[in-house]
Amino acid sequence: MTRRDLTILVIDENAIRASIIEEGLRDAGHNRVSIVHDVHGVGRVIERLQPDVIVIDLENPNRDLLESMFQLSRSVKRPIAMFVDRSDSSMIEAAIDAGVSAYVVDGLRQERVKSILDMAISRFNAFSRMERELAEARSELADRKVIDRAKGILMKSRGISEEEAYKLLRTTAMNQNRKIAEIAQSLVLAAGLLEDP
Amino acid sequence: MAATADITLGFMPLFDSAVLIAASEKGFVADEGLSVQLVRETSWANIRDRIAVGHFQAAHMLAPMPIASNLGLTPLSLDLVAPFALGLGGNAVTVSRSLWDRMAADGAGPGTDPSANGTALKRVVERRRDAGESPLRFAVVHPFSGHNYELRYWLAGCGIDPESHVEIVVVPPPLMADALSSGAIDGFCVGEPWNSVAVASHVGRIVTTKASIWRLSPEKVLGVSALFASENRPALDALLRALYRSSVWCGEGANHEELAALMSASAYLDQPREKLMPILTGRLRLGDGATGDIPEFFVPHAKGATFPWQSHALWFYSQMVRWGHTPHSAALAERARDTYRPDIYRQALKPIAAPMPGANMKVEGALTVAAPVGASERGLVLGPDGFFDGRIFDPDRLDDYLASQR
Repeated sequence: MTRRDLTILVIDENAIRASIIEEGLRDAGHNRVSIVHDVHGVGRVIERLQPDVIVIDLENPNRDLLESMFQLSRSVKRPIAMFVDRSDSSMIEAAIDAGVSAYVVDGLRQERVKSILDMAISRFNAFSRMERELAEARSELADRKVIDRAKGILMKSRGISEEEAYKLLRTTAMNQNRKIAEIAQSLVLAAGLLEDP
Repeated sequence: MAATADITLGFMPLFDSAVLIAASEKGFVADEGLSVQLVRETSWANIRDRIAVGHFQAAHMLAPMPIASNLGLTPLSLDLVAPFALGLGGNAVTVSRSLWDRMAADGAGPGTDPSANGTALKRVVERRRDAGESPLRFAVVHPFSGHNYELRYWLAGCGIDPESHVEIVVVPPPLMADALSSGAIDGFCVGEPWNSVAVASHVGRIVTTKASIWRLSPEKVLGVSALFASENRPALDALLRALYRSSVWCGEGANHEELAALMSASAYLDQPREKLMPILTGRLRLGDGATGDIPEFFVPHAKGATFPWQSHALWFYSQMVRWGHTPHSAALAERARDTYRPDIYRQALKPIAAPMPGANMKVEGALTVAAPVGASERGLVLGPDGFFDGRIFDPDRLDDYLASQR
């Protein structure tokens, strides 16, 4: 095989996500991967690296800047186009849903780019899932804390056991068709208001 | 008739999304029985992509954007129509303090006169060239933007070649002031509030405005997927009526405080309300203690500000040809012109008897005074609409105009 290694540039302000992508690309045998977190001066980076593929996250406000460099600037010597053939609309959709976009040098064979973009899409999705799970874990922890505080308030003001306090919270939540954490939150808030300043 | 389609509308956090946001917030959309979801975006490229894959049915767009898309000049080019304009004006040109000092020494100021300040800028450009300094660098928000074309028109009209005497780059609006203060750029053309933001942080001086370069000139439009427009006309018509009523509300001086408060919310512009008033009043702090009182700085409703003039589409096309962004042919010119759809506008607004102009095109720059026009029972007043250099754009004589431009 005499296929030249592709040079890939990843532009992502999120350092963790960028390194996840980089790792994926290296695992897939791509050794010429560079990462830029700050788009400032990216023109010079592109000029120096002459990347075959550029991967950028969609939250990045500098996408317009990047595209304008491909369209108007003299610094980018090789024509660069958006990542996929117009016929491949499912891939465009998958990429946009995942929050990633890519640009490739004209003339690069589709199948060589496809595997890179497939990888970027799946890593972006995995990263979003991870973030979501982390947020859920954080809110679960916060829920548990607020329920503990509410139980404490009930135990003190009503002189009941922890188990009874929890039952009371749960019954109230069921009757009102709300979450236990919501009832606990209201109780903690109300107790705060009633406290002596 | 009930218009049942759900519409997701993309917008960029810029003040001229006001008509879209007020349409939703003030209930004009609900009055039409429509369900519209507004989604804030971070780049025009995202707006284009998300219309292309069907996440959005319509969006806030730079006025030349749908034209560029229909001419196949952008990635993921798809068929778009522009049946409604989202106001006129709203931009300004700001330069760094150090560039302003050099311009002032060469005769610029005290106001925002494009000829006087442009002549001073030309002298600075010549001195820099003679001294072997690098060309000045100006930023715009997007290649296919009113900003890019009005900046180029102004520079060229003052004898500065935007291709060789200066460099023009793209910077996202919220990053303009930082780029100016770090010296990455020497000036920019952007919509409000980003000029006032640079002035307030003492990094820039406003040198001229869109309204002074070309009074009552087009800036943003509602861009709609052509497929959605053809399959959901009742819904699109209802949306245009809601937007029209919203534009009336946005145009009322009595509502400006409320509008600024609405737009300042974190879900929209996330900027202090005070910074959003200058675009509505036209009273801008220019920098160096000077203030400007710019007539018709931003016009959301009056003067036919929501009508998708095909002469505006053709003017943008003429500038795309002028700067080599597209080749020229009669077919391409027609394609550009027909991107703007006054026929949809007329049909949608017929039931509410909105005042209509008689024609779909006008001679741009021909009105030196305000002139009542139109055949509807309620009158419509247009103009004055002059270009700063006194030139006139007659859309019926496009080839002559193209020939005279370079």
